[in-house]
Amino acid sequence: MTLELTVSPDFSPEHIAGWYVFNTWLQRKLGVRIHLELYEDFSAQRQAIAADKVDLIYANPYDAAMLVREKGFVAIAAPQGKADEVVIAVPVDSPAQSVEDLQPGLRLAVTRDPDVNLIGMILLEAADLTRDNTQTQQVSTYVVLARTLLQGKADCGFFLKEAFDDLSAPIRRQLRPVMTSQISLVHHVLLVGPRCAELRETLQTLVLGMAEPGSDGRATLQALGLSGWDRQDQEDTEFMIDLMDTLMV
Amino acid sequence: MMTDMNEADLVPSTTLRELRLGYFDGRTRRVLVVDEEVPYPDGKLIVSRTDPDGIITHANQAFVDMSGYERDELIGENHCILRHPDMPAAAFRDLWDTVSRGSKWQGYVKNLRKDGAHYWVFATAIPNVRDGRVVGYTSVRRKPSRAKVNEYTALYAQMRAEELK
Repeated sequence: MTLELTVSPDFSPEHIAGWYVFNTWLQRKLGVRIHLELYEDFSAQRQAIAADKVDLIYANPYDAAMLVREKGFVAIAAPQGKADEVVIAVPVDSPAQSVEDLQPGLRLAVTRDPDVNLIGMILLEAADLTRDNTQTQQVSTYVVLARTLLQGKADCGFFLKEAFDDLSAPIRRQLRPVMTSQISLVHHVLLVGPRCAELRETLQTLVLGMAEPGSDGRATLQALGLSGWDRQDQEDTEFMIDLMDTLMV
Repeated sequence: MMTDMNEADLVPSTTLRELRLGYFDGRTRRVLVVDEEVPYPDGKLIVSRTDPDGIITHANQAFVDMSGYERDELIGENHCILRHPDMPAAAFRDLWDTVSRGSKWQGYVKNLRKDGAHYWVFATAIPNVRDGRVVGYTSVRRKPSRAKVNEYTALYAQMRAEELK
């Protein structure tokens, strides 16, 4: 059997190679064939999930909720010290100094990143801004989102903080965060599907051991831009899903 | 009995109100209220969990910071330690009726701090269901708009006045 591994399409482009390195490392350690499929966007990945074409997935918290509740996946690990935070940014010359300065009619640029868009809209509630009194323009990537703001085609954009920090310095200098979330409790997770449930414990032991001194997994972690993995038990996952539930309309 | 509030903990103010607040279970508490609002921190969510009886089992750092209490003063205490006397009892009755039915509750809440000041939140509470059984509740609070705070200040004052008639 070949297992199917995939990664939430919001991963940082500079770590694409890292996921191939991880896939190779995992195959060698498990002695099982694994095929890595990186989907271009969230809808393509969701179709694959719906068609039961995914066995292992590094998922964003929004998709994790669906994978656990509807597809019987179990989360085994979360990236160490890497919470999903959101930056609401405006062009540097925007008159808005805080979220409360943003007005109805706001032209909003977003990606298809579901948890970022959810948290971003929640942060705008303080200014009484909703989907109904803003105009939303969806773009493909965070780089395109930055360009959309710089070209004056939108007033404000939602970024995954990691993606905002990864923008090139000249681009970042032309943007200004008006709010950054500090939620800490929402993060990506590595999940195992029901077809390979018998590998769950072995997989968890393997990934948790990657950061140990002398482990050959350390170079792989570096390629992924991670310092290690934290154990994720069922209750940790349920808690995060409950939290996401409180945020959804 | 829930611990009475202490003058020594209060933020300096000229607007001190003292009253005895009665809770749903018959307990009472001496509460001290000053007319000071602490702004909701930007970008944060205040998160807590309780057991099925409303006893706090988890509080994130934003919850601890905004409440003015130490974490160990909160864990094991009933969630109504945050109840402000300006909040109508009907709002909390609606909350418990809703979550007890297994549904999500949302509403604007004025919370009382240990120092007698208050902070406004937009709260969401949901039951935590495990293996078909409610094992507790999660509540997440976010920053409300000033317009909503003003609207609910007026509404709750009216409701509270009706309740006290």
